[in-house]
Amino acid sequence: MSLLTAPRSAKAKPEETRSASEIRADKRRGRVGYLLILPGFIFMLLFFVLPVFSLLATSLYTKPPGADIGQFVPALQFSNYAAVLGSYWPELVRSFAFALIATVAALAIGYPMAYLVAVRLRGRKLLQGILLVLIIAPFFTSFILRTQAWKQILADEGPVVAVLRAMALLPEDGRLTATAFAVVCGLTYNFLPFMTLPIYANLERLDTRLIEAGGDLYANSFTTFRTVTLPLSMPGVIAGTLLTFIPASGDYINAALLGNNQNTTMIGQVIDSRFFRVVDYPGASALSFVLMLAILFLVILYVRRFGTKELL
Amino acid sequence: MPNRLPDDPRLRRLVGAQLSRRNILMGAGGLSLAGLLAACGTGGTGTTSNGPAGEPAVAEDLSAAEKEVNWANWTLYLDYDDQAQNYPSLEAFTAATGIAANYSEDIDGNDTYFGKVQAQLAAGQDIGQDVITLTDWMTARLIRLGYTQELNHANIPNAANLLPTLKKVDFDPGRKNSLTWQSGFAGIAWNKEAVPGGLKTVADLWKPELKGRVEVLDEMRDTMGLMLLERGVDISGDWGSDEFSNALDDLTKQISDGQIRQVKGNSYKEDLISGDALAVMCWSGDITQLNFENGDKWEFALPDAGGTLWSDNLMVPVGAPHKANAEALMDFYYDPKNAATVAAYVNYICPVQGAREAMEKIDPELVENPLIFPSDECLAKSHVFRSLSADEETDFTNRFQKAIGN
Repeated sequence: MSLLTAPRSAKAKPEETRSASEIRADKRRGRVGYLLILPGFIFMLLFFVLPVFSLLATSLYTKPPGADIGQFVPALQFSNYAAVLGSYWPELVRSFAFALIATVAALAIGYPMAYLVAVRLRGRKLLQGILLVLIIAPFFTSFILRTQAWKQILADEGPVVAVLRAMALLPEDGRLTATAFAVVCGLTYNFLPFMTLPIYANLERLDTRLIEAGGDLYANSFTTFRTVTLPLSMPGVIAGTLLTFIPASGDYINAALLGNNQNTTMIGQVIDSRFFRVVDYPGASALSFVLMLAILFLVILYVRRFGTKELL
Repeated sequence: MPNRLPDDPRLRRLVGAQLSRRNILMGAGGLSLAGLLAACGTGGTGTTSNGPAGEPAVAEDLSAAEKEVNWANWTLYLDYDDQAQNYPSLEAFTAATGIAANYSEDIDGNDTYFGKVQAQLAAGQDIGQDVITLTDWMTARLIRLGYTQELNHANIPNAANLLPTLKKVDFDPGRKNSLTWQSGFAGIAWNKEAVPGGLKTVADLWKPELKGRVEVLDEMRDTMGLMLLERGVDISGDWGSDEFSNALDDLTKQISDGQIRQVKGNSYKEDLISGDALAVMCWSGDITQLNFENGDKWEFALPDAGGTLWSDNLMVPVGAPHKANAEALMDFYYDPKNAATVAAYVNYICPVQGAREAMEKIDPELVENPLIFPSDECLAKSHVFRSLSADEETDFTNRFQKAIGN
């Protein structure tokens, strides 16, 4: 970004005081800027724009009469969208609801964690290091294995359910796995580091003198947090919530392992089932495309409302 | 004015091709956008624009020059020597024929494997495998789509050892394109401690004391096969959409009542171990394996109304360049001695006549194992799910997936 804006800011200089060589250097800097973004641009073109086009194309394919399984012809069958939306809007809404709850929960857990490590323990390098490793440690094991482990820990015959039943927090025939609660917990747990780390990275740069200044101006610690720390950490919060919400809405591992077949199906599972089981490539593509657009729409709304301008 | 085509035959072909594509798109409108989208779509996804009539062309057989064969199979489906870290029977095959065999456990689901290779098969390309191993219904689909090569039975004299019951299958008359690898049952199993009386019928799964502790399979033909049999439908015979709907209603009711905890693939095994599931619809071989690893905790049975019998089949995909080598491999494993070696390891039903006698020499105890060499009574209680037409398959799968929440 700064590379692109550099020549523009230089133009602020009155034109007549600039020598010809200065102008040439400016132009060169501009060209270098474009050259530098070229690899990224080509990468995005090959691995994002083209696949999205392919997805869009496939979502409009149609099945000619008499075609066998998996045989489709190019068309502009927009009714594919109406068909999948009509059938699967509840799963789409549920995915966003689950992702939203998980994001809020992850924020509630992740912000204090990040605050503790980045602000409260500032200067205590060893303790900070240990806690940071603990936050990142789950990444060392596979996502699926960890979810699978939770399944065993929360199993009907496991210790957690036994204790909860003994404390009458769970009815005698109650259970934790194969419930919507378990799916949301799984999402929260699995995406927690994505929430914590960006907030940590942001709070780590927080100038603590500003907090002191808040105290000097007779603000209590809550007011100081609300008016100084939180607004300053908003870029981290925005990044963290996006990094949690976006993958959580499309996730299907948690719902498949920890959910049931009545009221926890997420849109990712539907896309998987349309693509592999029913072999409805257009339907699966249409749903993927809708999911992408819906996320984009929600993210734009969100960033417009709360966000920093840098993201848009 | 009639279309004027260029005189140069090459140019004429090009223009002709363009025109025919344009005709297809005309109906849909939005010419240029559709053209762009079409060009993108066929390249990047698993779809094909071949249309119903276009079958891919069979590859040239390079077996004589390249002494190798590539075989894709499921996990734990061939005798494996932990110490030597190799497959003894495959080593023996290479020693006997001079053909090097590359074995890979590439297949973890019929649907996912189909999704992975379909675009290449439709284009007649080599998928890197000369032999693939897929279940009956997927075998039927591949043969119907023209994705397999016809076998030359002159190269597979041992194929005569195929069990008579498996010689006639509705999806491959005369077994021209496929040979059975192993078979197995789908039935019911229960935790012997939690369900001391055992279970006899599918209806027993719906007892109130098992509420929320029952799991069924996400393979439509096995779960729906058992549900249909429970309703007295002969799943190999003549039945249709009405029977399917009724059986599906039965299943939907148990799911929405919370009787069925989850609908699962292979992972129901973990729930049996953790105790989340006390009774399941399941595959016979899995229960043998579970009992072996976790103590003798579970019992498997075919329900009174009958269970399903499925088979996995060896096929040569359309683009495979080593068909003769693949046939040599099939011939080798249809030798009763080699078939018994495999059966002693995998614990599934062996499709080769004479393997039972050969087993005497390998492990006399296994000769009496009904899951490897089932009794006639057992076989009489097991039924093969009939082949579905393409439209039925799509319709039934769609409704089944919807019923299980997808």
